[in-house]
Amino acid sequence: MRKSPVTIRVDRAFGPVVEGEAVVSDEGFSPRYDLDRWSGVITKPGHQLEGVNIRDKILFFPTAKGGIAAGWAFYDIKSKGIAPKALIFGVTNPVMVQGAVFANLTITEGWSRDPRKCIRTGDIVRVDPGVKTIRLLERA
Amino acid sequence: MRLTAEERGMLRGARGDTVRRALELQLEVGKFYGARRFVPVTNVHMMGDIEVMGDGGLDHLRRLAQEKARCEIPITTNARCFDFAHAQRLGQDAVEAAKERELIGCLRRMNVMTTDTCINYQTLYQPRLGERLAWGDTGTVIWANSVCGARTNFESGPAAMAAAMTGRVPEYGYHLDRHRRGTFVVEVAAALDDYAEWGALAKRVGESHQSYYAVPVFTGIKRAPTADQLKHLGASLASYGSMAMFHMVGVTPEAPTLAAALGGSRPKEKMRITRADIDRVFAGYRNLDGSCNFVVFSGPQQSLLEMKLLSELFDGRRIHAGTTVFVTTANGVLAAARALGYAQTLEAAGVTILEGVCVYILQNLTRMRAANGWTNMISNSAKIVNTITAHKFNTILRRTRDCVDIACTGVFR
Repeated sequence: MRKSPVTIRVDRAFGPVVEGEAVVSDEGFSPRYDLDRWSGVITKPGHQLEGVNIRDKILFFPTAKGGIAAGWAFYDIKSKGIAPKALIFGVTNPVMVQGAVFANLTITEGWSRDPRKCIRTGDIVRVDPGVKTIRLLERA
Repeated sequence: MRLTAEERGMLRGARGDTVRRALELQLEVGKFYGARRFVPVTNVHMMGDIEVMGDGGLDHLRRLAQEKARCEIPITTNARCFDFAHAQRLGQDAVEAAKERELIGCLRRMNVMTTDTCINYQTLYQPRLGERLAWGDTGTVIWANSVCGARTNFESGPAAMAAAMTGRVPEYGYHLDRHRRGTFVVEVAAALDDYAEWGALAKRVGESHQSYYAVPVFTGIKRAPTADQLKHLGASLASYGSMAMFHMVGVTPEAPTLAAALGGSRPKEKMRITRADIDRVFAGYRNLDGSCNFVVFSGPQQSLLEMKLLSELFDGRRIHAGTTVFVTTANGVLAAARALGYAQTLEAAGVTILEGVCVYILQNLTRMRAANGWTNMISNSAKIVNTITAHKFNTILRRTRDCVDIACTGVFR
């Protein structure tokens, strides 16, 4: 594994340290409007990630969309074994945070550099909420 | 966070394990946001139904009920995914219906008022200026913050239940003055009338400013909106923009003037919405296959005034053969609509009135869509036009009268 200097600092963070494959989106996300919560596949027609399975992924979204439902949705998809490893938001809303805390799922908000410019889908990254950093481990 | 002696006791288990876990959840959320303290709340509104919770959530509720968890603060429930009187006819799953009944039983044992409405602010509780709440369903939150001047964040189901058990929430977001200031100005240069036009305005503003912390300040309002118009505006802003608050100068309580709404800060941006912008929203929808056999008045549930308007528009007419029309409302509203004859008029026209639900969260909706050959969903609610797309509907926003005409003629316009 090649060490990389790409590190993103985040403003707020919760959850365990995780490593996994990044999925980077330009579009916001709602587990209610965009996601099929039985398969873990993003099904909203026209969503930039339509057809992508979020299971075990580290998801980068600039924003959160809508919905109170996320509060239950993350716990539900985690109990179904189809949850992502982490949710990395530019700007999120409290429902996502409450839902992630309830499901003990890693979540962060705010970034020192735009991941869309330095992380690519398929890269392997490490999220460490304790020190509020995301590090690129391996290029796809 | 700075904790009181009572809160420290709760974390040690002085009020039992359930309350300890509830406060721990809230503490983590508070720490995430850098909250300095908890603040007491007087009313809680939660979303909890089997479609949104899933089996994992139901297991959680079963455990809580078994532990004899009890909500101490008045707590009501949002619209759910079953109207049991219609479940079979709609082809909903009997196993899931049984789970929904069990879930309702669990909530009642925990002292939750299962009111099943997303318009609690019109039917159940009207908070005062500055009152602190823990409300869930984004439409209720944006109403409370904007129209009442009360203070609440989006509180999801588990977080709202935690608040009802502990009697408090961490103080961050819309509990703080600094987040309640307007962040950008929207000059409304068109006189808006129909609910769908207010929703279209919200779509324009919300889609282009997706952020929980974006607070639009509407100015130049020519005709002050009614409660139901504000409802459609707010619900759609929350849906398209994830927004929790707006100001409207001269209309909402924290916006007597533009300067007051901005709270001394400079707006980041000023946008102007014209009649042409609103018309462009309506022109932007495409009918995929020419069909128009599914028309919906829901999301949020209909108030009594909306029920009255619909009954007038459907009076003496019949919906087109092969078309389905759903109207959803709260049980109290439906009782009044029946007493006043509005419900009978709608049913005589062939409309299906569903109680205590919202269409976009109906259990089994994706299969219901396929089984009924519904390609397009036509509605006067910009919110549901957005939210229901997860079920692979093509959606079309139309004004209320146009929706009724489409439903009765089978001709799309």
